[in-house]
Amino acid sequence: MNSFKLVVRDLTKDFNRRSIFRQLAFSLTVGDSLAITGKNGSGKSTLSKILAGVLSPSQGTVEYFLDGVRIQEEQMKDTVGFVSPYLNLYEEFSAVENLKILSQIRSNKKRFEERADELIRMVGLWPRRDDPVGIYSSGMKQRLKYAFALLHEPQILILDEPTSNLDEEGMELVKEVVRRQKKNGILIVATNDSLEAKWCKKKIVLKVSST
Amino acid sequence: MSAFGSTYAVVAKDIRSEWRTRYAVNSLLMFVVTAVSIILFALRSVDPNPELLSGMLWVVIFFTAMSGMSRVFVSEEERGTTLTLQLVATPTVIYFGKLLFNSVLILFLSFIITAMYMIFFSGFTIQSPGVYVISVVLGSLGFASASTIIAAIIAKTRSRGTLYAVLLFPLLIIPLMVGMSSTIKALEGSTLSEALSDFQVLASYLMVMVAGSYLLFDYVWKE
Ligand SMILES: Nc1ncnc2c1ncn2[C@@H]1O[C@H](COP(=O)(O)OP(=O)(O)OP(=O)(O)O)[C@@H](O)[C@H]1O
Ligand SMILES: [Mg+2]
Repeated sequence: MNSFKLVVRDLTKDFNRRSIFRQLAFSLTVGDSLAITGKNGSGKSTLSKILAGVLSPSQGTVEYFLDGVRIQEEQMKDTVGFVSPYLNLYEEFSAVENLKILSQIRSNKKRFEERADELIRMVGLWPRRDDPVGIYSSGMKQRLKYAFALLHEPQILILDEPTSNLDEEGMELVKEVVRRQKKNGILIVATNDSLEAKWCKKKIVLKVSST
Repeated sequence: MSAFGSTYAVVAKDIRSEWRTRYAVNSLLMFVVTAVSIILFALRSVDPNPELLSGMLWVVIFFTAMSGMSRVFVSEEERGTTLTLQLVATPTVIYFGKLLFNSVLILFLSFIITAMYMIFFSGFTIQSPGVYVISVVLGSLGFASASTIIAAIIAKTRSRGTLYAVLLFPLLIIPLMVGMSSTIKALEGSTLSEALSDFQVLASYLMVMVAGSYLLFDYVWKE
């Protein structure tokens, strides 16, 4: 594999005047895994959005490096997969349409169709692949988010509340995804669950700030 | 290269989604039909001059823009798909995709409005079709460009409705006034060169709005 690296420097986030976290710094390379833990409202989801590049930090930087070269901000989206309760797929489209449309927008070069089919099978939605996502159960929606996150084979995978709404089979699926990601890339898991946090080698604990 | 493909894919997604959900089109068509009918009824016994006709035309296009085009970003925000979109596309691609979608929408509605006036309004005769088409297209695109960036700005705020109207109104005044004046010329039968100065204003407005929005969008879009 390549040498992929995530470097976080001096990361600070405030919402209006409320400080969420201050001056976080760490770096992760292929094979690393990081658990982000902390109480409700401590900023786990906020930090995972910033790491995924969909929320701006108040200060500091999140940078991705491939073979020592910094990846441009516009290309970061091609290297990150994100599962989050704040991220929904389009309810008026089916699972297949969602994956197809989203990879067209991302202009994935890789052969998409086989991979989408394979992922839909893997997450167990094959029999319901042509139903609109709006009528899916919450667990089915969560499963589809995994297919979306893995579609472009991201080097870094960020999971916020990875097993919410999932049944046992779904949890096994997540564990398998986690195992593979730890082998081939970087894994970040934001969770309240101490068992899920144990999937990862490193851990940061966010504190609920008083101000 | 691929940015064009992605932009096209964003527009295609929105059109397809609109086709399935009729999120905007149905209520806008309803609005257009109602507004034009009321105008027809109110003016049934007057013999309208070009000034009045042009004014009536642009009033309807104006309120269509005011009511319809804020949805492009709000709908993503409400459905929680903003992050999804951010994960697959750059801000530039998203901005141009949404701008194009709004442009298609308003051009379609302007076409319907024009057709309704032509069919139901005996006095509505376009003497210079070329001038008319350029006026309505440039004016509508001006509306779309202003509405799109304001829609992006208000999508993340709480008092969307009011803020949209308040911010948008001053921006739409210019294409509204100039579009009206060149439409009058089209109804009176002026030549293209007589309307040229209006077109220049409309075209520069459009370019300034798009360039400004493009520069601003990065800051607006990402929280
Ligand atoms: N858009 C926002 N505007 C203002 N404050 C926000 C915003 N988003 C999050 N916050 C605040 O940031 C803090 C952290 O929120 P976050 O969602 O990151 O917590 P969390 O650790 O994921 O909590 P949970 O365990 O409940 O998922 C909270 O106090 C929340 O109110
Ligand atoms: Mg959270």
